[in-house]
Amino acid sequence: MNTHTPGEASMTRTVLVTGVSGHIGARVAIALAADPEIDRVIGVDTAPPPSPAGEDGAVLGRTEFVRVALRSPDLIKVIRDADVDTVVHLSLVSGPGGGRVSGTGGGRPAMKEHNVIGTMQLLAACQRSATVRRVVVRSTTAVYGSSPHAPAVFTEDTEPVEVSHSGYARDATEVETYVRGFARRRPDVTTTTLRFATLMGPRVDSPLTSYFSQPVLPTVLGFDPRLQFVHEDDAVEVLCRTARADHPGVFNVAGDGVLLLSQCARRTGRPVIPMPSPAFRFVSGLARGARLVDFSPEQLALMSHGRAVDTTRLAAELGWRPKYSTAAAFDDFLRSRGGPGDLPRALVDWLADFVTGR
Amino acid sequence: MDDFQGRRTHESAEGSTADERLAELFAFLRRRVTGEYEIDEFGFDPELNEKVLLEALRPLYRHWFRAEALGLGNVPADRGALIVANHSGTLPVDALMLQVAVHDELGRPLRLLGAHLVYQLPVLGHLARKSGHTLACPEDADRLLRKGEVVGVFPEGFKGIGKPFSERYRLQRFGRGGFVASAIRAGVPIVPCAIVGAEEIYPKIGDIPALARLLGLPYLPITPLFPWLGPLGLLPLPSKWLIEFGEPIRTDEYAPEEADDPMLVFDLTDHVRETMQRQLDALRLRRGPAFPPIVL
Repeated sequence: MNTHTPGEASMTRTVLVTGVSGHIGARVAIALAADPEIDRVIGVDTAPPPSPAGEDGAVLGRTEFVRVALRSPDLIKVIRDADVDTVVHLSLVSGPGGGRVSGTGGGRPAMKEHNVIGTMQLLAACQRSATVRRVVVRSTTAVYGSSPHAPAVFTEDTEPVEVSHSGYARDATEVETYVRGFARRRPDVTTTTLRFATLMGPRVDSPLTSYFSQPVLPTVLGFDPRLQFVHEDDAVEVLCRTARADHPGVFNVAGDGVLLLSQCARRTGRPVIPMPSPAFRFVSGLARGARLVDFSPEQLALMSHGRAVDTTRLAAELGWRPKYSTAAAFDDFLRSRGGPGDLPRALVDWLADFVTGR
Repeated sequence: MDDFQGRRTHESAEGSTADERLAELFAFLRRRVTGEYEIDEFGFDPELNEKVLLEALRPLYRHWFRAEALGLGNVPADRGALIVANHSGTLPVDALMLQVAVHDELGRPLRLLGAHLVYQLPVLGHLARKSGHTLACPEDADRLLRKGEVVGVFPEGFKGIGKPFSERYRLQRFGRGGFVASAIRAGVPIVPCAIVGAEEIYPKIGDIPALARLLGLPYLPITPLFPWLGPLGLLPLPSKWLIEFGEPIRTDEYAPEEADDPMLVFDLTDHVRETMQRQLDALRLRRGPAFPPIVL
């Protein structure tokens, strides 16, 4: 974690991390706080971080936590008073169900308010600031959408074929628009936008990880989407690297390789139930109601058409590749959930023994 | 036919005993049920393609159409190339047979660029991806060619495959020449390819445009057997096939930026088209009658 790009100015002193009560936000804050070159890490979020039952007592380590909504004037005060020079903006939430926007009542309007208006306010504060020189924003590869009419592999320059009309992906697209506007108005500030593939890992709690934890896996009949994962450790590493040194631009972040949904399902060892697309939508509606799996419309599209991104730009910029491939990230997640079911393999073994007469 | 026998002996040398072959089969099954196999970023599953999908097509290629591949030396053995072929036959059986030819006779996977329609349809879309194909768009074409793959394209598109039987072996208008631009950008040779035989498998003597529109299809064919014989009408007629790879047309003498010069792209597209029409006429003569005379 302590590898630094040579020639990096020793000016990084105070880092502000938004969304610090989330899993990734907390880990990034802890990692940055452990860095001797960083004097102060201020974590902000609308909800307090989870109770300190975690590993080293204090969940956030050296990080100072400030409970503040992104759209409140207090944030401007925090940035100004603390002479913040690096802002790591991780507070984009993917679903209205998540508890982190519950402070305002929840629902889709609150989610949009949090994601889009919150980012606008944060960037407005950064624009005013005389000390901020680096802004890192977490986005998602969902901005490319999932479509049968799109190229198989998205590079950072690919324009999405159809702009997403729903939830998270649309919020992320709008957030990126504001970030571009900010970068134009403050060219002296280094702006990094990181488009993360689906996070995967032992401690990731997302619609997709709850999906893969179900005893049976419904799939869309006749479709087998390509999926790409980034391991939580790699996500934290990329965020820390871009927070510590200047890496301007937009970058895709994903583990090497892709897995098909069918391949993921086989690795879990759980049975799949292919169903026609309308039935799949109906079932995911039920699962949403029962709070089992919270699939949003863009995730439903992902489950039909899939998505893969090119990560060469990130590798070239950082001189670093994610430690976990897509498959390794998924396997690590599976191990944490008690490992794959072994029935299919056992069946083949039994059949092999039976046929060869042993 | 020589190649066919060559492959057989090669295979039997590989798995000499029945036991070994059985063990191999179970290892294959084990990999498949546990998901421990690799696919590429386009969704290409080489193992499934080789062992299942192509295996299902081989009898059609060898015994039904008695297909022969010619000019194999014209396709580079280890570099990227763009195979440009004529499209015909009402259903894209020629694409499948070209895939068998390139895989079995040249030992390389063929990465076809397919129509949007294919990727919208359930089953077909992901099977196409698993056998190595992708959407016909410049991004995917460039990416595959940069990786040194053999990419195949049918520039006539639906105009070629859906043309009436009376226009057989007449090349239709090529699209916008996007394939030429991709080849120039990647600096790979264009290999013109003539496929003779596919025109006769489903002779399209009529069309039901109203119903086709209703179903969202580019055309709904009437052939001598379809729809009269129902599903049996889907049986392709056993015409004799020849697939010939012509002399490569070099593009590496142009700079990659020249792909943006529309005049150059038009000229090169025309050149490719004329070459293919000549090649197609000669190959049709060489084949002779599509069906052997019926001896009673």
